Amino acid sequence: MRILGIAGSLRRGSHNRRLLQAASDLLPSGVELVEWDNLAGIPAFDEDLENDPPESVLEFFRAIVDADALLIATPEYNASIPGALKNALDWASRPFPENVLKNKPVAVVGASTGLFGAVWAQAEARKALKASGAHPVETELPVGMADYAFAEDGTLNDPELTQRYTDLIADLVREVTAPVEV
Amino acid sequence: MSTTASPLAGTFNADPVHSNFAFAVRYQGVSLFKGTLDAVEATLTDGKLEGKAQVESISIRTPEQFRAHVLGGEDFFQADKFPEVTFVSTGFDVTGDNAVEVTGDLTIKDTTKPVTAKGTWVAPAPDAFGNTRAHLNLETVIDRTEWGLTWNAPLPSGGKALANEVTLTIELALVEQA
Repeated sequence: MRILGIAGSLRRGSHNRRLLQAASDLLPSGVELVEWDNLAGIPAFDEDLENDPPESVLEFFRAIVDADALLIATPEYNASIPGALKNALDWASRPFPENVLKNKPVAVVGASTGLFGAVWAQAEARKALKASGAHPVETELPVGMADYAFAEDGTLNDPELTQRYTDLIADLVREVTAPVEV
Repeated sequence: MSTTASPLAGTFNADPVHSNFAFAVRYQGVSLFKGTLDAVEATLTDGKLEGKAQVESISIRTPEQFRAHVLGGEDFFQADKFPEVTFVSTGFDVTGDNAVEVTGDLTIKDTTKPVTAKGTWVAPAPDAFGNTRAHLNLETVIDRTEWGLTWNAPLPSGGKALANEVTLTIELALVEQA
């Protein structure tokens, strides 16, 4: 089983990229995590190009199609998701409803340097994903105080959060193998 | 008529290294955020406690925008206008073995309201350095919004991001003044 990881931040050393990579240690056997890393290469969504998307967008679509599930780690900008991430999801939602996100299991996690671990951004991401026809797992993973959240080896310091992350990934895998009908 | 010397007679100054003012508040419904104001001055003079803490000494140092909001925000401390949190006692009762109840006026920003705190009082005794030292521990719960610390945000899952109830704890190591 393949999970496609998408970090919502373009910053190389981003906390959310680290959060995504921290999932690598928590995967059940037989599950691989592949990071998609061209958020910066996706142009602004343009309905005029909807039926003939640019190559970078088509590559993004193929990466989604090739994956059984998505894991999105989003930062929070002004209580919402970063424009680049929303833009990429908007592309992926077209043409609706027969888009690459249709029925795709997705888990959303988030890290922020404040207390609240991007909870509002995670909710926004799940809302957009649900509207696009994807199947977002309802559980959130708020990783607050991100400057102090990671150990040197990239794992999360907090065992409770680690357990919650493990459970969330297990839920995501279950959504692939035995989807809950909605 | 003979009088017994009050256990609270004398003047004591808080030893800043061993004294602090701490707060704890729940966020996201379950997690507990703890912090301190470390720059504390306090005196206990014949049973009257007066203390102040510098808001700027709050233990929230990073991230920068978090600190800036807590210190400067109108819905937080506005430390540029109100740099100190102060407390002046109006009653100080040793209610039992080491048990103490202190009432007084707590001022945060431009609001002064009465509070009652309970805790423990360790009576003055000689320390290892030739001083006479006492210890006062007090705890109370306040509703921060009554003092104008009103910031909040609705959580996406319902409920509020930050609880209104804040537990305040003070630890004062009190050294008797000659």
